[in-house]
Amino acid sequence: MSFLSYLINGVSLGSIYAIIALGYTMVYGIARMLNFAHGDVIMVGAFAIFTAVSTLGLPSLAGILIAVLVCTVLGLAIETVAYRPLRGASSLAVLITAIGVSYLLQNVALLIFGSNARQFTSVVHIPNVKLAGGALSISGETIVTIASCLLIMIALTTFINRTKIGQAMLAVSEDRGAATLMGINVNKTIAVTFAIGSALAAIAGALLCSTYPSLTPYTGSMPGIKAFTAAVFGGIGSIPGALLGGIILGVVENLSKAYISSQLSDAIVFSLLILILLVRPTGILGKKIHEKV
Amino acid sequence: MKKLISLGLAVAMAASLTACGGNGAKETTAAGNTTAAATDTTAAAAGDTTAAASAEGGVLKVGVIGPLTGAAAVYGTAVANGADLAVKEINAAGGIDGMMIELNAQDDEHDPQKSVNAYNTLKDWGAQMIVGSVTSDPCIAVSAETEVDNMFQITPSGSAVECVAPDNVFRVCFADPDQGTASAKYIGENKLATKIAIIYDSSTSYSSGIREAFVAEAGSQGLEIVADEAFTADTNTDFSVQLDKAKEAGAELVFLPIYYQEASVILKQASDKEFAPVFFGCDGMDGILAVENFDTSLAEGLMLLTPFSTTEDSSKAFTEAYVAAYGIDPNQFAADSYDAVYAIAAAAKQAGITADMNASDICDAMKPAMTEISIDGLTGSGMTWNAQGEPDKEPKAVKIVNGVYEMQ
Repeated sequence: MSFLSYLINGVSLGSIYAIIALGYTMVYGIARMLNFAHGDVIMVGAFAIFTAVSTLGLPSLAGILIAVLVCTVLGLAIETVAYRPLRGASSLAVLITAIGVSYLLQNVALLIFGSNARQFTSVVHIPNVKLAGGALSISGETIVTIASCLLIMIALTTFINRTKIGQAMLAVSEDRGAATLMGINVNKTIAVTFAIGSALAAIAGALLCSTYPSLTPYTGSMPGIKAFTAAVFGGIGSIPGALLGGIILGVVENLSKAYISSQLSDAIVFSLLILILLVRPTGILGKKIHEKV
Repeated sequence: MKKLISLGLAVAMAASLTACGGNGAKETTAAGNTTAAATDTTAAAAGDTTAAASAEGGVLKVGVIGPLTGAAAVYGTAVANGADLAVKEINAAGGIDGMMIELNAQDDEHDPQKSVNAYNTLKDWGAQMIVGSVTSDPCIAVSAETEVDNMFQITPSGSAVECVAPDNVFRVCFADPDQGTASAKYIGENKLATKIAIIYDSSTSYSSGIREAFVAEAGSQGLEIVADEAFTADTNTDFSVQLDKAKEAGAELVFLPIYYQEASVILKQASDKEFAPVFFGCDGMDGILAVENFDTSLAEGLMLLTPFSTTEDSSKAFTEAYVAAYGIDPNQFAADSYDAVYAIAAAAKQAGITADMNASDICDAMKPAMTEISIDGLTGSGMTWNAQGEPDKEPKAVKIVNGVYEMQ
């Protein structure tokens, strides 16, 4: 029974990684850049909820909506100010800028909120579910996290395949030059991608801090890195890949903590990443791209 | 017109330069004056004599190193404030035999490299002694430097064993192993539990140091360690697996030699799991009640070994003065550094330190003097030091009852 409990917790953790990984994978797929500030947008979202719910006393749902709004605006602002001017620059310059934005967000949050940890009030108000006569207890947060993750995956896949702007995103990711010639506004498409990614970051922030209720200006950085790993794991640029990568990562992390060593769990997770990349350099569901000479 | 403005600006600049030129002692004495004036009327006169004395007694320059910004800023600012308060009091009371103390606090962001940079900045400023560094790893880096320079150093809170390895370094807080041993003894002697689970941070020397000593002592106290679980700085948000394992193993007491930030999450997750053993922490647990938005009822019954509590009678005066000066409650780091400055003052008096001595001579005189003094500080009465730099004082256990510390 404890195995089942570890497994469910792992899937829940993996679902959060998967939602964060979506932000990385979409931006990479479409803009060909690694947005390392994504983890910190999550932190900003969590602080927005914290301020709305715990400081201003608004209901949780209003808090989440405010956070989605704040993060969307922030994502668009970052894209316009920091990344758009570098569209033609080398990918290394963009990467360094992204790291810069990440530190900027962390330090601004440090300035405003200070370094003290805050206990985050859960936005989920569902009681724990007890199965097998109380031997297996699943928290409301776990259920909501897994459900939200599946819902987001379905909604996003439908959006990309069924809407015009979604098709434009696909076109830009395949060939930016050709997409421009076909009359697609590349800048607008990339901005929409950032907006969606950042809105998802706000939701990830809500779920992350509801399950693991400690909030500091550094809250987003480690989950951000793990989610990036999950995105690479599943094949960066692929949406189902982000889901698969996130969940494998979460489950492996929790099971290795339980059965191998609580100290080595991260080492095991990252060794697995190296192994997978040795066998499949583009990740589990990554597309092989044949460069034409 | 423009010329007139620039002339005015130049004059103003020259004036401000001369104002800066009037040395730092003036500032310190001025501060002394205000504190003294606040206490009673005769003190105003005492303040005047201080001004005269500062001219003959000179100024002892003491550098403070700690994380004033960054993740550990709570500790660094508390140490800077505690030292500042002690210095103001000492100067207002006439200094160390007429010698004033001047402080200069430098930020190290809890980073060993930046801590060494901060030390170098303080050397350039002319520091004759160092209070710091606040956190263990930066402190180890700085103590290696002060050993080379033969600079007297006292760390308020660097608790890793290696912090005081050189014989020019002393500390106010307990060493990590001492806390582990003391915790095991306390649990054993008071029969709090026999089945113990440990959850510790394997990525800090603080936590693993305490855990090691605890494990070593547990056997002789008749304690059985049923779960020994670790986490690292990168996995410090989810403890569900560790708690599940402790629960399954039937632990009656969970020993948490960790900082309060992680502990607050552990308490929350344990309550979600309806797992209610006794939780027992060390000095890093101090501050848990101040975590913003933390449901303090979760910490009910939590026990910790801490050298300082604001609710004790002996710390009331300090707590009031601290709150009046800095607007927040002092924590044990503030108390540690307050004691550190008083220890410096007592040892400097004992050794007959004068402001014109160089840092190396001061250090040679301070080393034996530190072992000869005994002070009644906030973190222990009758504190003494041995030549290795370790303090000798009694640990105090507190239990959280109705949201406040209750001495045990």
